[in-house]
This record gives sequence, structure tokens and C-alpha cells, in this order.
Amino acid sequence: MKHLLTTEGLDRDTATALLDTADELKRTLLGREVRKLPTLRGRTVITMFYENSTRTRVSFELAGKWMSADVVNVSASGSSVGKGESLRDTALTLSAAGADCVIVRHPASGAAQRLAEWLADTPTSVINAGDGMHEHPTQALLDAATLRERLGPLEGRRVVIVGDVLHSRVARSNVHLLTTLGAEVVLVGPPTLVPAALTGWLASRRVRVSFDLDAELPAADAVMMLRVQAERMHGAFFPSAREYSINYGLNAARAALLPEHAVVMHPGPMLRGMEIADSVADAANSVIVEQVRNGVHVRMAVLYHLLAAQTRAGEDA
Amino acid sequence: MAPRTRGATGPAERELLSAGDVARTIARIAHQIIEKTAIGPGGEPVPVLLGIPTRGAPLAARLAGRITEFSGQPVPHGSLDVTLYRDDLRRRPPRPLELTQLPEGGIDDRTVVLVDDVLYSGRTIRSALDALRDIGRPRVVQLAVLVDRGHRELPIRADYVGKNVPTSRREEVAVLLSEVDGRDAVLLRAAAPDAGGGEGSR
Amino acid sequence: MTDVVISGARPYGEGDPVDVLVSDGVIAAIEPKITPPDGAEVIEAGGQVLLPGFVDLHTHLREPGREDAETIATGSAAAALGGYTAVFAMANTDPVADNAVVVEHVRRIGESVGLVDVYPVGAVTVGLEGEQLAELGTMASSRARVRMFSDDGFCVHDPLIMRRALEYSRALDAVIAQHAEEPRLTVGAQAHEGELAARLGLAGWPAAAEEAIVARDCILAQHVGARLHICHVSTKGTVDVLRWAKERGTQVSAEVTPHHLLLTDERLTSYDPVNKVNPPLRTEPDTAALRQALAEGIVDCVATDHAPHAPQDKDVEWQAARPGMLGLQTALSVVVQTMVRPGLLSWRDVARVMSERPAEIGRLADQGRPVAVGEPATLALVDPDREWTVHGDELASIAANTPYEGMTLPGVVTATMLRGRITQLDGKVR
Repeated sequence: MKHLLTTEGLDRDTATALLDTADELKRTLLGREVRKLPTLRGRTVITMFYENSTRTRVSFELAGKWMSADVVNVSASGSSVGKGESLRDTALTLSAAGADCVIVRHPASGAAQRLAEWLADTPTSVINAGDGMHEHPTQALLDAATLRERLGPLEGRRVVIVGDVLHSRVARSNVHLLTTLGAEVVLVGPPTLVPAALTGWLASRRVRVSFDLDAELPAADAVMMLRVQAERMHGAFFPSAREYSINYGLNAARAALLPEHAVVMHPGPMLRGMEIADSVADAANSVIVEQVRNGVHVRMAVLYHLLAAQTRAGEDA
Repeated sequence: MAPRTRGATGPAERELLSAGDVARTIARIAHQIIEKTAIGPGGEPVPVLLGIPTRGAPLAARLAGRITEFSGQPVPHGSLDVTLYRDDLRRRPPRPLELTQLPEGGIDDRTVVLVDDVLYSGRTIRSALDALRDIGRPRVVQLAVLVDRGHRELPIRADYVGKNVPTSRREEVAVLLSEVDGRDAVLLRAAAPDAGGGEGSR
Repeated sequence: MTDVVISGARPYGEGDPVDVLVSDGVIAAIEPKITPPDGAEVIEAGGQVLLPGFVDLHTHLREPGREDAETIATGSAAAALGGYTAVFAMANTDPVADNAVVVEHVRRIGESVGLVDVYPVGAVTVGLEGEQLAELGTMASSRARVRMFSDDGFCVHDPLIMRRALEYSRALDAVIAQHAEEPRLTVGAQAHEGELAARLGLAGWPAAAEEAIVARDCILAQHVGARLHICHVSTKGTVDVLRWAKERGTQVSAEVTPHHLLLTDERLTSYDPVNKVNPPLRTEPDTAALRQALAEGIVDCVATDHAPHAPQDKDVEWQAARPGMLGLQTALSVVVQTMVRPGLLSWRDVARVMSERPAEIGRLADQGRPVAVGEPATLALVDPDREWTVHGDELASIAANTPYEGMTLPGVVTATMLRGRITQLDGKVR
């Protein structure tokens, strides 16, 4: 495995191996005063974020540093990116400068895949930290790690994903990974955000669509609330934040419909009130904080699988 | 991922220890540990046995069982995966992490006996010493191995050795344990052609 | 001008091979056997198909403005190599061809290159902005003799502006060529709205955004009695609308591009922007419907939408890439592959959809003429059996953005002749 670009096409064994490694790393580091492993000493990891994101960037940075990699952060402002350098040139420059791994967040769908193609002749690995509306594979992996931790194996478990599926890379990555791991996925949202245009793709993953959240909650093992971006409110996707909240927000009364064992998830950052009520976000069955914690271990696992081992014949020979 | 299983005895291999030999060797090492660490009523605090996966872990469990049997003292044991500390990661395909399980009470100020199946280059033990440093500060660290086959690359020696076996680098020592392989035995055979370098051939 | 004898050609791919004598720019004789006059050049056709030179209603030559992607000279060479003898150069240059000065400039450079007749298309609205009608009459009466107007690249989306443009063009015997794309339905659109776009996370370009405009404009054209041409038809639904409009007598014509006949959105999984084009590559049912419509005449002709782009506009992430693909040198081959080989079109039909109909729609009197004695010697000679492998960097265009890179296609244009002048022979421009 040289790159991690999508969860689509990630086979069950590889996904499980990544999650198992994340579990072991979490156990290894539990309760340690010094959270530092020597595994990636001398490896250089560069994060390239063309969109703002504190949570994901910090999570990757910690993952690299806890494994002793040298981590350099490049942001779109304050770099040659701001001077109009193309993504391709930036990537080739960073690779030539010695990056063993480039972690990229970009507003264009497919940007990470293009990057991987441009770097095909170099030893540099690419990790997709979110590309447009396409995929965010490490988010899906950390969601799966959190679900496994709480629910055990995902085979036959039902996960209800709620909100702006159309624009969500988190939803896309989760649909692929969770179904690969044997879970049943139900997508819920207003028809403008879970439109008929998705039907063909969803049918290919055997994913069901529903417009009625209340009807889906009693049989759910987990409910994952997606972010609703502010700009959607001006795009006529729904009449008002108030109406969205009434129909698709996870308020206390609605959360009470969930079975006792079910967990509540959110990739963050949360719009408290509109997407999820305060009391629900902070309740005992909410794993939102755990998702963040697992994020670091999952990203360590990905770095370990991409960078720790021999990936090409003859390397270091 | 399942641990690599070691195949049945083939024509090009020689049995160094039978199942009975393995059991007797473990019992002997158990006695030596009791003697050297002064286990017994009124003696020093009992040591902690940490096996290095894959086969060191069940060996540590067996040793702990025999020591308890012989001395009447319960002996804590666990496992210590050293994969993240290895210096040969980049020479090999990706390997899964194995279980690290420290006994309750930890290792601070205790005598820790590291347990492994085969001592060869010494690099695994060096990794284990690095890993130990990150999880606590033992008073003394000792090493027990079932087979010492020589060819050390680091200044490391075992405190307890089941059997010293002179080998060639072109040979491979395979320890089979029933917990992992379905039977007990130690075999000497020609190394697989692709198993060059590092701990790849043991 | 030297006389030329094309020896052993089959006009329209019919009958026994004949010799064709070209003298003073016209076809002087067609006989079973002609002894070449002294000094005449002989082209050994070996039974190849002789057709009227092709006419492309939809070419982007990029000059003035983006001479790093294509010039009128390099685009003319690509056209000649593709068997074309006339191209309509779209108005979205920089500056925009929305006035007589720019269209005359393009026309003049085309003439000085001399490989192909370059007819500038005039913009419908000033700056392609869709707000104010450009001076259509001045462009029509200029030396460039503009007979086709289009804001191609943008849709004339305001229904009132479109109605006025259609009405006004009646006095000029001109046609309004519409890029049918409802802009509000395609905000940020990146790919055909369907399974692939959903999976790849690309904003959808719904078929309805094309079909709604085509339906609206057919109704408007009928209402005001004007001629309407639909650029690059890409959906099955548009074919249905066109069939309906033609049945009720609307003066509407339509073109389909080679890439919409052959390629589908399945190619998008690579995110390689060489496959990015507007309208986007659609689905297999759409390509099937378009092939059928072209065979039936619901879609009148093939037009390339030849759109060169410099590497820095293509070798980028999908969203940042400019839409468009090269087409002039591959058009005939794609038509052979998708239409001739499956038996949907005869060679006479190929002459119709690639030469005669486009010449009629663009009001060109001396193009798309029969292969007959006394007619202009404006011809394309096609070897229908030879295959070739496409390589972008071997094409005549400055840009190399062909979606057919590495594909082996049937049909090679071995010679092209413009009013008796050989513009290319065996892949070499003269």
C-alpha cells in the first residue's frame, strides 16, 4: 500500500488490518507518560491543507509526531500556493525536498488521486485528508474504529447517516467502508440533500435512503450526524435552519427513540442546536469525543502501514 | 492476520528438540529462574515474565505456570510487542502489530525476565529493551530463551538458555508451540531463499 | 495551378474505382481511366473513398488570445489533416469576436494561411455576457460575411435576449447556434449528473439543464419563424425534444460531437481532466440515442467542438481544469468507428453529416458540393480500412488534449483538397 486515497476499493482485510493496528496503538499508548514511539524516526511527513481544518490537521500532526516522524505543515496561505503555484508543482517540489508522505486536504474532488499520479515516479506516499465532496478516508476509519470499540464487529449493524449526504465526503467514505465491513447503512435527509441523482451509486452499495428520521432511529445501532454547511442554507436546499432542525436535527426527544446500546456520532465541528442538541452531544451514548481521540490512533496506523514497512522492492536494500 | 504457521517436518530438516524435550527444557529454565531470582517464602519480590510475540508470549505463560507450580508463588506474566521499535521495519513488508499486555502492577522496580523463542542477532532484544524503557523502569532486566543459535550482532547475552545450537546462517531454527502451531518441537532446516537479512531467518 | 489526377478513387465509396481530373480548382472529368496531362500530379487512391471536404460548424481556434494552445495556422493544419475544408471559428476568443474588426481579422488570417476556409462565428451578445445584442448586422455585412452567431461556452439564457436574437437574425439569413445550458441548473457543475458523479463527488450537470433550454428555444424559434441551431447535443432527452420540434415544422438543426458519440462518463474515474468537456460526457443510453438520431437525421450533422487547451489548463485538478478536447483530426475516425462500421451510416450519409448539411446550415455555397464534373475540387480522400493510433503530441495542434490518446481508430484521411489545391497528402500539410 503506497497511498490512502479512498475507502472505495479498500478491501475488508486491509481495512481490518488498519483498524487492528489502530487498536493496538491505542492500547500501547494508554496511560503512558511519554507518548512517543521511535517507529518513523527519520521519515518526513508534510501536510498540505488547501482548506482550513484544525481538527484533521492537528490529528495528523500528532499522529506523525507520536511516531517520531518529522512533520511539516504547509498551508495555502503563506506559501508559494498563495503565489499561484499549481498543485502539481507544489507536490513535485515537496517530494523533491524529501517528503516521504504528503497529506493533502483540497477543495477539488479527485485532487489526492491526481497528486498520487503526479508522484507516481517518486517514493512519496499520498494520504487524502479530504478532497472536495469525494472522500475523507481517515474520517471513515476513525468512525469505524469508534463503532467497533462500542459495538463490536460491524457485520449486520445498522448505521443511520443523517444530513447533507450530497456534499459530504464523510458520507461517501463511510458508505464505502461501513458496507465493506458488513454494516447496513441508511441515509436520511431532505430529498434535496439525498437526491435521486445518488440512487444509482447507492443501489450499487445496497444502501437505503429514507426521508423520515423518526422511523429509522428505533432500529439504529448508531446515528451519525453530518455537518450542514452554512452556504447550503442559501442554496434553496431547505427552507430554513429552523425547519431543518425540526425534521432532521437530533434533539433530546428524538434521541430517546434510539435503542439503549446505540451511539451518537458527529464528525465535527458541530452546529449545536441545529444539527444536534447540546444535551444529546454531551450524553453518555455520545462518542463524539472518542471519535477525535481515535482519530490520532487511526492516522498513526495509516502512517505505520504506508511508511514503516518496505513498500517497493529494493528500497534500503 | 493469523500468525505465520510453521509447516510440518519436511525431508530437509532435523528435529533438535522433541515435544518432551521442550517440556523438560521449560521446566529446567523455571527452576533456574526460581534459583537466580531467589523466589520463595521471604525472598525477593517475584519477577515479571514478559514474552515477545509471537512465540515468546506462550513461552512466558508456560514458564510462569511452572514457576508457580514449583515455588508456590504466583508469577505475573504478559507480552511485549516490539514491532514499533524494530530497526528492520523498512526492509520488510508491512507487519501487523501484536498484543502488548502488561500484568497489573506494571514493571517499575521489578525484575523483568524477557522471554523469546530463539536468540539470534540480538536485534529483537535490543528493540525490547527500548520498548521497556518507554513503559517503565525495571530494577533488573534478564533474558530467557529456548534456543540460542549464535551469530550475535549486538553485545547481548541470555541469562537462561534452553539449548545452545551451533548453526549456519543459511539455516533456520523453527520453534513450534502447540498454542500457535498445534504441536511442540524445535526444528533445524535450510532457510527459505527469500528470508535473507535481519530477523527474517531466525 | 497544377492539374491533379486522383487515380482509382470511389466517390462516396460506391461503384468501381474511377479517375478524377482536377483542373483550375474544379473537377474537370471523372472517367474510368484518365491519362494524366503533362506535369499533372497523380494521387494513387487505390480504391479509397472520395468525399466532399468536411465542414466543421464548431471549432475553437483560440486566436486571438490563447495562441499558446492553438493558432489559426495550427488549427487550420489540424483541420486539413482531418479532411476539413471549412471551419467555423467560435467567438469566445480574447478579445471576443463580437464586432466586425475581430471577425474580419480572423477571416483575413484564415485566408493568408489558406489551408481551410475559416468562417468566423460572431457572438450573439456583447462580450458573451448575455445582456446586450452584439452588432449582428455589421458582422454579417463585413468582409467576414458572418452567417452564424453563437455565445458558445455560455448559454444565451435570457429568454427575451434569445427571442430578439432569433428575430433579428431573420433579416441576415443567419442562424443562432445555442449552447444549451440552463445556468442556474449547472452552478459549479463538473460532470454528468448520475451514478458516476455521485460516487466521485463531482457537482452534477443534469441532462434537464440542456433539454429545458432546447425545448424553450425550439418554441421561441417556431414562434418568431427563425432558424435555430443546437450545438453539441449530448442527451437522449434532447433528441426527443428535437424530434418533436422537427415534426411540428420548427426550423431547427442540431450537431453532435464525435466524443458524445463514443465516450461516456465511465472515463471520469481517473479524474483526468482530458475527459472534462462541456456538455459533459454522458451515459451509454445517451450515446446510443445520439448515434440513432444522427442516422435518422434528427441530429443533422457532426461538429467537432475542437477545443485546444494548454497543459497548465488541463494538467491540474479536475475542478480547476478547462473543459474541452481536441477533435479535428480524430472526427472522421470516430464517425467510422461509431457509425460506419456498425452500419448506421453509408459513405453517402457521411458526406451528408460531415459536409453537405453543415455547409447548408452555415450558408456556404461552395462547400459540401457533390463530387461531380464542374463542381469545386474541395475534397477529402479516406482510406476506410487503415487504422491508426492517436498520440496527442503527434497532432498538428499546439495543445495535445485528445481523449483518444493511445486508442487505435479506423479510417485515415489520406488527402485533402481545397478548390484544387492539395492541403495535405499522406498526413503532411502543404
